[in-house]
Amino acid sequence: MKNQTKLLSGLAAAMIALMAGPALAEPLFWSTQAKPVEESQKMRADVLSKFSGGVDYQASDEGPWRTRIDAELKAGKGTITVLGGLHGELSGLENNLVDLSAIDHVSIGDGLMQLGKLGTSEQKYIPWMQATYLMAADKKALQYLPQGADLNSLTYDQLIAWAKATAEATGGPKFGFPAGPKGLKHRFFQGFLLPSYTHSMVSNFRSAEAETAWNKFKELWQYTNPASTNYSFMQEPLLTGEVLIAFDHVARLADAFNKRPDDFVAFPAPAGPKGRAFMSVIAGVAIPKTAPDMEQAKALVSYMLKPETQVATLRATNFFPVVKTDLPADLPPSVKVSGPAITAMTEAKDALPTLLPMGLGDKGGQFNQVYVDTFERIILAGQDVKQVLNDQAEVLRSLMKDTKAPCWAPDAASDGPCPVN
Amino acid sequence: MSRMLPYMLLLPATAFLCLFFLYPFSLVAIDSVTRDGVYSLENFQRMAGHWKFGSAFWNTMLLAAAVVPVQLVLALTMASIVSKLQTGRSTILYIFAIPLGISDLAAGLIWLSIFEQSGFLNSFLVGLGILDKPMLLLGYQTHWIIFLAIVLAEVWRATAIMMVILVAGMGLIPKEYGEAAQVFGATRWQRFYKVTLPMLKPSLQTALILRVILAFEVFAVVVALGGTQVPVLMSETYQWQFALQDRGVAAALAMVILGVSVAFTLLILRLLHVPKEARP
Repeated sequence: MKNQTKLLSGLAAAMIALMAGPALAEPLFWSTQAKPVEESQKMRADVLSKFSGGVDYQASDEGPWRTRIDAELKAGKGTITVLGGLHGELSGLENNLVDLSAIDHVSIGDGLMQLGKLGTSEQKYIPWMQATYLMAADKKALQYLPQGADLNSLTYDQLIAWAKATAEATGGPKFGFPAGPKGLKHRFFQGFLLPSYTHSMVSNFRSAEAETAWNKFKELWQYTNPASTNYSFMQEPLLTGEVLIAFDHVARLADAFNKRPDDFVAFPAPAGPKGRAFMSVIAGVAIPKTAPDMEQAKALVSYMLKPETQVATLRATNFFPVVKTDLPADLPPSVKVSGPAITAMTEAKDALPTLLPMGLGDKGGQFNQVYVDTFERIILAGQDVKQVLNDQAEVLRSLMKDTKAPCWAPDAASDGPCPVN
Repeated sequence: MSRMLPYMLLLPATAFLCLFFLYPFSLVAIDSVTRDGVYSLENFQRMAGHWKFGSAFWNTMLLAAAVVPVQLVLALTMASIVSKLQTGRSTILYIFAIPLGISDLAAGLIWLSIFEQSGFLNSFLVGLGILDKPMLLLGYQTHWIIFLAIVLAEVWRATAIMMVILVAGMGLIPKEYGEAAQVFGATRWQRFYKVTLPMLKPSLQTALILRVILAFEVFAVVVALGGTQVPVLMSETYQWQFALQDRGVAAALAMVILGVSVAFTLLILRLLHVPKEARP
């Protein structure tokens, strides 16, 4: 009996050691990216497994992500080794990030590196991967394209006409828009629709041009599948055929291209009177001042920039490399379909690049909410456009005043907080 | 020593409550009335000024008003059935209580799989030929269907908790009262209405307080079925805390939920008050 107890306690001790052992040694990569379970698993198995000692990759929503890093910073002691997040998520943490200028980054473009300084003189984060948003369509819908419209240089008016013709021909609205709770609808208003009409994301929020833009979207909404308010990722409704034309983040369209590469096309976002606005999404890796092992952290950041890691990341997340590297030929169809469309958009004559919000610190969520609320009030609740824009402009203005965030592209640079006219 | 023993035994639970309930609660209460370290009511102003607050408040109230009475009637019926049974009583009790063992998010997802555009209800209606293609039920244009689905899910999920309390309460009523009423010629309905129901007041009180408070905290089912389309107080709290990163306003909303819960608890205590000398 005594022996048995000994054996049991020995076993229990061994189990605890087994469970705790590797977890202690593995550096924690605390990220807001590659959040869907399959993507997180690919990050662990295909991207990070070759880092010596292994990596504990954990992805979470921005809120909890920020709460944990804030708590560790407040405690002055942490377990997070490397932070992964979008440009806007990392900005606001700049006083608590380690300078990374010593890390070899020759193969990353200067423009991207500049963003990583977050407006300081130090390299606060190193660009990790990039993506953007695109339009996608089922080839069945191409026959309804309005006369004279070129898929690679559509305007918003042509898109509306196309969505209308498709709806009339197929018996129901077939444009799709990620307006679900986890959908990235706010990015469409911030980086595509509003800048295309106003050349601004913040300053001209309630201008007459902005009113036009929202009225155009209202028109488009008539031909939008009403189930859109439940869609978070457009790849699924495209695959089921509930939707024939859609807008979403490339990573959220990838599944459709990968499963049926011959059935879908990708094309640039439409243009408005002020140009073809599109938003670039830059994710970066950074090291918090509270990282438990600085050497290991820097080694992990360098590891993320290796060309083979970057290609593996592309396969895992559909985010494109930030380093110049030759892409292998056996990449998934989604990359082959979206690559040319991205080039067509970024290199269009009327291209108007916009950036993710920056300098808002932990108020990024409230900034997005201004656009989401505007959408819900104008489009879903049918409230008066001018009235809603005036109301929401007040919220936006006090937010910009609170955060003192200066303007970013496409708004003209400002001294002090970005003004809301 | 023996006089101290009960207090010693209570100590761990009390310490636990103080550390993990009272202490965080006081932090939240302080958060709700401070902004940047200064006492102010700005959090409450921001909360009330947000365009969704009104609908969140009224949705929560309406949901409670729709769910609790239905549950009360159902729970009373179920409890009466269970108490009358001679054989198979515990089996039926277990079956009635199954939904209690399911988390509220899981319950929401079960009902989502029924009401979705490609869900069971649509497939069923299309299969029968009533619809020619699946119809969008949980869309923004048909709020009332989302509302109805939430009511159904809540009734399915949380009626059993009232039933369990009422079954225990019915077991406490002495049989003699019912038998005496029967001797005087009272019908079944009269016995239920004039004997069981008044004698059940203390259990009804407990069941209603518990259920009403839980109804004000409804969250996972609403989020699973309605996303952000049917805002309730609890989902707005979550939104302010995590998406909008504004702890002060989230704390203010939490205080509103607390206030409403306390108000309704007092109301129920008063309405179903049983004088001491009338208790069995």
